[in-house]
Amino acid sequence: MAILEVRNLSKSFDKLEVLKDISFDVEKGEVVAIIGPSGSGKSTLLRCINQLEKASGGSVKVCGLDMIEGYKNGKPVYSPADVLREIRLKIGLVFQNFNLFPHMSVLKNITEAPMCVLKKSKQEAEETAKVLLEKMGLASKAGSYPCELSGGQQQRVSIARALALNPEVLFFDEPTSALDPELTGEILKVIKELAKEKMTMVIVTHEMAFARDVADHVIFMDGGVIVEEGTPEQVFGDTKNERTKQFLQRYNNDFKD
Amino acid sequence: MTWEEILQCTEVIARYLIPTLKIFGFTLLFSIPLGMVVALLKMCKFKPVSWLINVYILIMRGTPLMLQIITIYYAIPMMKVSDSAFLQNLFAGVDIKSESYQFNALIVAFALNYAAYFAEIFRGGIESIPKGQYEAAAALGMTKGQTFFRVVLPQVIKRIVPASSNEVITLVKDTSLASVIAYAEIFRKAKEQMVSYSNLTPLFIAGIFYFIMNAILTTVFAAVEKKLDYYK
Ligand SMILES: Nc1ncnc2c1ncn2[C@@H]1O[C@H](COP(=O)(O)OP(=O)(O)OP(=O)(O)O)[C@@H](O)[C@H]1O
Ligand SMILES: [Mg+2]
Repeated sequence: MAILEVRNLSKSFDKLEVLKDISFDVEKGEVVAIIGPSGSGKSTLLRCINQLEKASGGSVKVCGLDMIEGYKNGKPVYSPADVLREIRLKIGLVFQNFNLFPHMSVLKNITEAPMCVLKKSKQEAEETAKVLLEKMGLASKAGSYPCELSGGQQQRVSIARALALNPEVLFFDEPTSALDPELTGEILKVIKELAKEKMTMVIVTHEMAFARDVADHVIFMDGGVIVEEGTPEQVFGDTKNERTKQFLQRYNNDFKD
Repeated sequence: MTWEEILQCTEVIARYLIPTLKIFGFTLLFSIPLGMVVALLKMCKFKPVSWLINVYILIMRGTPLMLQIITIYYAIPMMKVSDSAFLQNLFAGVDIKSESYQFNALIVAFALNYAAYFAEIFRGGIESIPKGQYEAAAALGMTKGQTFFRVVLPQVIKRIVPASSNEVITLVKDTSLASVIAYAEIFRKAKEQMVSYSNLTPLFIAGIFYFIMNAILTTVFAAVEKKLDYYK
């Protein structure tokens, strides 16, 4: 069964159509990279699936659960709150600018949701958090506050925070874009580790080499539509699509500058 | 004034510390929660509500507190002697001769006035919390209530402490406005003594009382700020 099934998803902000007829699947254990120029709707796509934005049309299924129940007067009717909540807990989200809770220690950031959402005991939540911090190479930072950490460390904490809820799939929205270039490596390494463990992931990224390296499936978006998708070899190797070619070329040039 | 007179005078004024502190305490007790409600109503998406709240805040901040105290204090007595039977009976149950009426009118005026200032501070604090904090909490499955009380509010408190401490210190001094409706508190007593002794020293003594109260509050607020300084 697919973890995620997106069908004909569309999204408009007032008159502005940002997503048009987006369809794709994510299978268990698969790593999907979404690439595309700025403003193409990549973040909006993740946010619609994560219920941070309301979709305008189409359907989203997460682990067999329907996010949208049906339609009334052409407007989507969302499923009951408990279903939406269940869906939400199946998806972890890592933000570009971390969005850690500044008033909570690193440990508390990670245990907060397991304790107040999943009602886990403090002890159980802290044990899980410590294992995750160990894995992120941050065991010694449990008592620190986010403001005392580097951007790369903060992002690793936010990955641990998302993993603490044991999600079925992890979304990343440009996880390295807010980082100094010398810090992106540590995040990419963590994501690669997760890929090795067969964590299902959807990653929006501008790191083309990384996308090529880590993804099983690449989606190229432009102007709110999926222009092309396929294996990294197909998309990066010998795309037949003119727009993809142009985009990748511009990227290669940017890197040479 | 002789030293003996000064001492006596200090004693008299000190006895009225309690009424002053009562205005101070009750005003905070009512204006802070009310300010919170007003702040939330002002952020309400339903326009007529936020518009009404805006008018209320404009009036409270735009006119003198002294005027508001007098207006509220005399409003009910005036209604009782008005021509309209409706107005006469509106506050039929309120006994304007009772001792508590004066104090209650004061607290209503102070609380309404300070709630407007606190509301603006709270609203500024709430609106300064980045959208990302709400989104992170939502993505983690936290409810709206959990998000507000566990994520937003603690950060708001840290941000509003400096501005709130200004209000609280101003309130200590504003309690002296209660004297305008002859409420017996420090300032009124000091003024009486000033007149009877024909000497400014009683006012100076009252000043020292206000100063000490605010010195204590300033120290407390500095400690609170320091305590909340464990994160940026
Ligand atoms: N809340 C919003 N209200 C109105 N328009 C929005 C909103 N959010 C996004 N948009 C618009 O939707 C379009 C797609 O934005 P989106 O952030 O999804 O692009 P993106 O592919 O993630 O770009 P980037 O690579 O810069 O992050 C843009 O034109 C943007 O201006
Ligand atoms: Mg984006």
